[in-house]
Amino acid sequence: MELGFLLGSIIKIVAVLGWLYGLLQVMAHASRWVKIAGMIAAFGIIQAAFSLKIGDQSILNDFDAGLLFQACTMAMVALGLNLIYGFNGQFSLGQWGFYGLGAYAAAYVTYKWANDRTSSALFVLLIGVILAGATILMLRRFLSRYYNLPVLSAFTLYLLGCVAAAAVAVVAGNAVASVIDPLFGSREAPGLLSGDLALQIVFVLAVLCAGVFAAEVSFLFGLPVLSLGSDYFGIATLGFSIVINTLMVNSDTILPFPEMKGGRGMIGIPKLTTWFWVFIFLLLVIVVMRNLIHSSTGRAIMSVREDETASKAMGIDVASNKLLTFVIGSLFAGLGGGIYAHYIGFLSPGTFSFLAGFNPLIVVVFGGLGSMTGTLAASFGWMFFLEGLLRVLLGQLGTEAPTWRFVLYPIALLLLMLLRPQGLLGKTEWGFLRAPAVKPRAPASPPPDARATPAPAPAAK
Amino acid sequence: MQQASAERPRVSQSRQPAPLSPRASGAGLAWIGRGFLLILAAVVALILARNLLDNPRLFAQIVISGLQLGFVYALIALGYTMVYGIVRLINFAHGDVFMVGSFVSFFAVSRFSLHTWPETAFPGMSPDLSTLIGAISVILLSMVVCAILAVVIERVAYKPLRNAPRITALITAIGVSFFLEFFGALNFVFSPRFIPYQRPFDVYAYYIGGSGIGMVTPSNPAPPDSITFSSIFVIIVITSILMQALLQWLVKRTKMGKAMRASAVDKPTTRLMGVNVDRVISFTFAIGAAFAGLAGVLFAIAYPSIHTQLGILPGLKAFVAAVLGGIGSIPGALVGALIMGQAESLTAGYISTPMRDAVAFTILIVVLLVRPTGIFGEPTGEKA
Repeated sequence: MELGFLLGSIIKIVAVLGWLYGLLQVMAHASRWVKIAGMIAAFGIIQAAFSLKIGDQSILNDFDAGLLFQACTMAMVALGLNLIYGFNGQFSLGQWGFYGLGAYAAAYVTYKWANDRTSSALFVLLIGVILAGATILMLRRFLSRYYNLPVLSAFTLYLLGCVAAAAVAVVAGNAVASVIDPLFGSREAPGLLSGDLALQIVFVLAVLCAGVFAAEVSFLFGLPVLSLGSDYFGIATLGFSIVINTLMVNSDTILPFPEMKGGRGMIGIPKLTTWFWVFIFLLLVIVVMRNLIHSSTGRAIMSVREDETASKAMGIDVASNKLLTFVIGSLFAGLGGGIYAHYIGFLSPGTFSFLAGFNPLIVVVFGGLGSMTGTLAASFGWMFFLEGLLRVLLGQLGTEAPTWRFVLYPIALLLLMLLRPQGLLGKTEWGFLRAPAVKPRAPASPPPDARATPAPAPAAK
Repeated sequence: MQQASAERPRVSQSRQPAPLSPRASGAGLAWIGRGFLLILAAVVALILARNLLDNPRLFAQIVISGLQLGFVYALIALGYTMVYGIVRLINFAHGDVFMVGSFVSFFAVSRFSLHTWPETAFPGMSPDLSTLIGAISVILLSMVVCAILAVVIERVAYKPLRNAPRITALITAIGVSFFLEFFGALNFVFSPRFIPYQRPFDVYAYYIGGSGIGMVTPSNPAPPDSITFSSIFVIIVITSILMQALLQWLVKRTKMGKAMRASAVDKPTTRLMGVNVDRVISFTFAIGAAFAGLAGVLFAIAYPSIHTQLGILPGLKAFVAAVLGGIGSIPGALVGALIMGQAESLTAGYISTPMRDAVAFTILIVVLLVRPTGIFGEPTGEKA
């Protein structure tokens, strides 16, 4: 059995990595229809593997499905971290905190909807997120009139604005909910909002809102903290995830959320995450991040990593680029958290402890800083190899297996740092993630001295 | 999603040349931030003052427990401040060296009864003297083991990365820290459980109040209006202050100290002066770890329950204390640690016990924003 399991696991790891490679290759295809067909096929292959059976077991059983879903959420979180750390050079240990924030926020919304049959949490979060976002954008426009603005003053203004927005959102959200709630109907005669479709919509809204919520918190937190030096920033973000974890443990005593049940863990979250949504959100994150990286903003972000002073001299707004990266990275983490919460159905603060928070860092470092492919491959490989294969194999050795895993991680990390600090895959990118070929510009702006360069020489001959 | 994509054009806008409307200086708006901090400080002061007037005895009690914590943090912070001052590395593993210190003393006492060796060797010795010698030998053993451990860590993990980017070394430090925690959690090493710590000597409680000082015993309980403290509190305070003085002397008066200060300023030049910088760095790690080992033993005696993740939070808080005091400064580490101890115990006492860990990081952020070099830091401003 063990040999069969080992073989099967290795085949699955290779197959998943191959699937990822194929997906990225087909997404790089020039034709739009091939792209779409390829993505649908990539979705369908996994979906089929869940239901097709060899003997009495499906090709990807529930255990593998769990690994796959967690690998996808880990990929989202780790891509966000790679954006912050690998592409922008800001060493953040707070990614896990934003992940937890997103998970709890999204879970609370659907929990209230499904179990308490009230839409108040949804509307409070939705209105709060929109209002706070609008406040931040308006204040940003207003404050851009000033240069040399002390960061503490800006932070105070943003904080006050967001607190006011949150207060309005609580009132408005509850008011809207009290109008909407009768539509749930009674238990005997379920109304419009009790259906599965409504629940699905709420789920997607909750995940999106949770992502934006995490992004807004990261904006408020990142504004003062990003102006610190790199390793102070690391410690401060580590502090952030410790504080978030403390709040989770005491969510029923310090915070007014008895449903989260503090350290005992939040149960009864509807399990709504399906492979479809995991796939969609993962694709969304990949596409957004790839397009961001290869845009002019992305080049600005990378130039900040290479040399802040030189970037400033080039006219790049270093502070706001750092902030933008941090916010987008946290947005990804929040989305991943929302997906994770509805897959696992149970949130415990232990999952989001800051020790576990080093996992995305390990993934990013293994995959290679500044390599999206590396992060993706490392997320899948890490989850299937270490969590899946090694856990089961070591589990047969004895009760100490989980501890041994955590003894092996740091040794691997140390060896990697000493022997191959650029990560296993270095800077290789697969298919879609490579920098797109630059299309020749329209005649409106031809390169002024194109003929002088040796590249188009054949024409001159 | 909308937020992020809505922000993108705005960022590229800010890179456009010269906005049309002239921008005003934001320096005039500094009062907003300062006012915010002042209001925050006033609220904290108000809470503290009200509690002080309400129940001065309780307040003093909380301050004493804060002092006890603070002096332990001070010992740990020394290692952080010295190592950061010289190699610019946040030595994450320092907190775990502290943990190893307490475990070494645990094994020395519980398994090998090291603290009783003077009694066994010289049966005629007075019990007080033999307890003293026994306890000191336990502490010395922990300090030596920790120093060796730190030198090994430095040689194996950090030295090959001396010229790598600083973050690489930081990740390595995190890896070492993880390794110590989870290797220690294996059953044949320290085991993952909370372990009741057997003290090498007995700890007594004393009271001080209107009727003078006395020992708290079952027959002589503390009077209601008195403040109690324990003998370990006194020992921690005295040891910590002695060690600060020792280190101050070491750094300011000896040749090695001069080499350390020189390495902190400019390593290549120091090397040109004929100083073996690698040895100086190893020595710094060893000294810092020895203090961490000492702190580990004292901490375990004061809070006698140890486990392998014991070192994480004290380590982080001691680092914050070192930053608060001004990294690289030894008196700064003491002052910062005392502030941290007070902040932690006052928060636990008057605001909310679980939030005591949050306060440390809030203080870190505020300090770095308001005065990035810390209280005693030299204003060179070289950061990151």
